[in-house]
Amino acid sequence: MKNRIKASLLVLLLLLLAVAGFAGGVQEAADSTPAAPENPRVKLATTTSTENTGLLDVLLPAFEERTGYKVDVIAVGTGKAIAHGEAGDVDIIMVHARSREDAFVEKGFGVNRRDMMHNDFVVLGPDSDPAGIAGTNDAAAAFTKIAKAGSDFVSRGDDSGTHTKEKAIWKVSGAEKTGKWYKEAGQGMGTVITMTDDMQGYTLTDRGTYLAMKDNIGLKVVVEGDPVLFNPYGVIAVNPELHPHVNFDGAMALIEFVTGAEGQGIIRDFTKNGEPLFYPDVIK
Amino acid sequence: MDSVFGYALKLLLTFDKETYFIAGLSLRFALTSTIFSALLSLPVGVLLGLNRFRGRRFCITVLNTLMALPTVVVGLFIYALVSRSGPLGYLGLLFNPSAVIIGQSILSFPIIASMVNTSVERLDGNLRETLVTLGASKFRIYLTILSEARFSIMTALLAGFGRVIGEVGVSMMLGGNIRWWTRTITTTISLETSKGQFGLALALGIILLIIAFTVNFITHWTVKHER
Repeated sequence: MKNRIKASLLVLLLLLLAVAGFAGGVQEAADSTPAAPENPRVKLATTTSTENTGLLDVLLPAFEERTGYKVDVIAVGTGKAIAHGEAGDVDIIMVHARSREDAFVEKGFGVNRRDMMHNDFVVLGPDSDPAGIAGTNDAAAAFTKIAKAGSDFVSRGDDSGTHTKEKAIWKVSGAEKTGKWYKEAGQGMGTVITMTDDMQGYTLTDRGTYLAMKDNIGLKVVVEGDPVLFNPYGVIAVNPELHPHVNFDGAMALIEFVTGAEGQGIIRDFTKNGEPLFYPDVIK
Repeated sequence: MDSVFGYALKLLLTFDKETYFIAGLSLRFALTSTIFSALLSLPVGVLLGLNRFRGRRFCITVLNTLMALPTVVVGLFIYALVSRSGPLGYLGLLFNPSAVIIGQSILSFPIIASMVNTSVERLDGNLRETLVTLGASKFRIYLTILSEARFSIMTALLAGFGRVIGEVGVSMMLGGNIRWWTRTITTTISLETSKGQFGLALALGIILLIIAFTVNFITHWTVKHER
């Protein structure tokens, strides 16, 4: 009996060692980037849309290879990303809520804000289209109709850039968003789209996340093309005078890269099924 | 769903680099935090189990309450402490493996301490007196008791390990789910599910099940032996 215990303990130990050792080997491989800057880790707080689309998976490795920096991505909503920046927990933020970005810079939390790229928001809905809004291009009017019809609408409800935009459109529409049909999910964009698809309801999303998930869902774009649906992304370095510990050099290098020729080219060439997900702001 | 299962199996059987890295990271975090936690929770459990003093019952009640603490609450407390705007912010721990390990150590502390206390309590009451009569030093007494209770202690450690290997609150809030750095089994499952991609999530879920099974298997044998 005792031997069996010893044997099983030994098996576990070996198993753990094997996995841990394997992991260690991989990490070394992943870290082997050229020319390490003095402070190589850059912490980037960004929105779920840049991560869920897969853009950062092509953009950041190019930056890391070019500069030797290593970017740690913390993908949260715009509201939380800005809060991380205000607290000094990250070095740079990449978000999409222009009014809040300006406030972030005005209050002295951030410096060197740059336009990076844009796409647009779209309203997704089911084929059955119970609110009868398909094909319109007036977002506020469409929201009013959704409220009147009492069709399910899933809101991010997480203080993100998309949520900020959604609230602004509700305000313009003047419709009351109270009732069982209005569901505040408090989740990231991907989850909210999946939920909406499940409920066969409506939701507001950035086009990038929609295109990235299009193959797995049955929802269609029902409203697009309203100027209010413009969705610009900006990058802002956290103010080193306010938070002296931040990796300001790393943040500036990343801003320079994503707004430079190489980064902008990667953004332009990043497509899904032939459709671009984001449009660079600096180059055409 | 067939293709998702197929993809998950493919990741596992072809030893996909990222899948196994994530699993290895989870194991390393859980092991490290269990060891750190044991350094404190073992002595606390033994002292509580051996000695009778005023407030002992209260200490045990506190431990039992902490055992049920949701992981996100622990995450929140540590977050407030180690954020740059918090009192320990100057250490720069947030969004690093060390923050996750601290949080997980705190999570497993009450479980280990409480279980060790119970098992030491149950040891033969004469054992200590006999040792004292034989003229054993205090240190010697503790060593003997640790050795007598070794199987229950093993069970306690496994329970602590089990609590942290499958938790998501602390890892997500304090680690930030950073790829190749703090992205563990549970945070990956959460992320991949939110993206609507279930293959990698499922593969990691299977690994987590295997780990849980192994831990339970060992616990089972340990308990059986003790009897």
